[in-house]
Amino acid sequence: MASRGFSHATIERNAFLLIILAILTISIGGLVQIVPLFTIETTVEHVKGVRPYSPLEQAGRDIYVREGCYLCHSQMIRSLRDEVERYGHYSLAAESMYDHPFQWGSKRTGPDLARVGGKYSNDWHYGHLIHPQSLVPESIMPSYRFLAETPLKYDNIAEKLKTLRIVGVPYTDEEVAQAKADLEAQATPGADTDALMKRYPKANLVPGNGHEVTELDALVAYLQVLGTMVDFTDPSAENPQQ
Amino acid sequence: MALNIERDEHTGTDTTGHEWDGLKELNTPLPKWWLYTWLACILWALVYFVFFPSFPYGKGYIHGLLGASSRNDVMADVKGFAAERNAVMSKVAAASFDDIRKNPELLAAAQTAGRITFANNCQPCHGAGGAGNPGFPALAAGSWLWGGKLEDIQQTITHGIRSGDDAARDSQMPKFGTDGLLKPEEIQQVADYVSTAFFGLALKDAAPASIAAGKDIFAANCASCHGDNGEGNRDVGAPRLASKIHLYGGTRDLIVRQVTSPHMGVMPNWNGRLDTATIKSVAIYVHDLGGGE
Repeated sequence: MASRGFSHATIERNAFLLIILAILTISIGGLVQIVPLFTIETTVEHVKGVRPYSPLEQAGRDIYVREGCYLCHSQMIRSLRDEVERYGHYSLAAESMYDHPFQWGSKRTGPDLARVGGKYSNDWHYGHLIHPQSLVPESIMPSYRFLAETPLKYDNIAEKLKTLRIVGVPYTDEEVAQAKADLEAQATPGADTDALMKRYPKANLVPGNGHEVTELDALVAYLQVLGTMVDFTDPSAENPQQ
Repeated sequence: MALNIERDEHTGTDTTGHEWDGLKELNTPLPKWWLYTWLACILWALVYFVFFPSFPYGKGYIHGLLGASSRNDVMADVKGFAAERNAVMSKVAAASFDDIRKNPELLAAAQTAGRITFANNCQPCHGAGGAGNPGFPALAAGSWLWGGKLEDIQQTITHGIRSGDDAARDSQMPKFGTDGLLKPEEIQQVADYVSTAFFGLALKDAAPASIAAGKDIFAANCASCHGDNGEGNRDVGAPRLASKIHLYGGTRDLIVRQVTSPHMGVMPNWNGRLDTATIKSVAIYVHDLGGGE
């Protein structure tokens, strides 16, 4: 190695040159990984129907994360035949575009939940979350009865939506202003939900207990919307750019 | 530090030429097999780059010469599998239930498809073997809310109950208590009547007068759906009360609760998730659980 011409020794003995060359070398790796992300807007496919979560769903999603549901449940139907046969259409990146962070997960102690929305009735979700073994005897899922007894804290829901707006979830000013009203409407039987349904189509109205919104109401609202936003029977729903 | 490359006499390998306080370093070459494997990997990466989807650019990404796409792969896989199944399942979809019953090949296919689909989709609510759960009807019991003929079952599975589907089975029991249609004491009376007359409960503290009053209230308010003798009405999914099988349970408290503010179950419509042949298969499986008519 190199006593003639350019020598490694030259680099090793010249601190400034070493710094410059090290930065150049490292930046190649960085550029290859980072620059393509600048064009992410054009590479993420556009899909009809995907909307930001309603305030109640968003609150439910936070409980999903808080309780660590992702430790046993994935939300990612892979493009493999067995999974498509069992769970439905494979997951699209755009379906979790408003998740911060997304809940794809990598562990399936329980089944995948990417399309659990609408698969069972609200009653089932309430009964199952309160006492899983009452409905699925062989289940090893723990009981989440306490969620039914814990009032949901949602005074800060508008702030939450605003914060999500910073990271790119397109909540409008109106949606932020109505966040609390929308949240209550979705969990109150007999409430006027026209405005809610207009802002958040396909939102699942949970029965609630009539006097307060519980954490369980929020979680069920969230579970019931999973995977339901895109209508795959509409051939134009999925329209990747290329 | 001058470079002074010399040959090490023990190994026959050159040194790097560096020296630190008398310590020198051998410049041992990489094993040949390792070096060539490494170069081959680089070459493979370049080939892969050309043939497979690789690098994003402005408005898209390099698709590669082979046009590989895991999405196309899985859809082709699913379609191929469906085509294989369709050899028999298309006949299940087209045939009437009678014809399926007469054809052992179709029946075997439908029963298998029905059993597997039921376990994945229906069992969480209706229980293994259709044993039912509180609030979720037992299917093996023959106590049908909306009808237990094959066609009835197919209709229920396809469109669901109170599911929001356009053709869903739908009905609402009035909230006799919360909407003030009946006074609290009238609800107690009608509960006394239903408990004793239909549920077969022996109530110690139910006065005969209360039961008699309950009978009149029942005839005026409940009989139009549940029948004069509590036989129920499948057109509106009104449960048979004169029965030992109760959707929510067989106690007097539950009658009071249900009359005051009725709980009405929801069954999802499955037409978006399952195809016609599969739904018919499930109908046959459910029908065969023991309660079919």
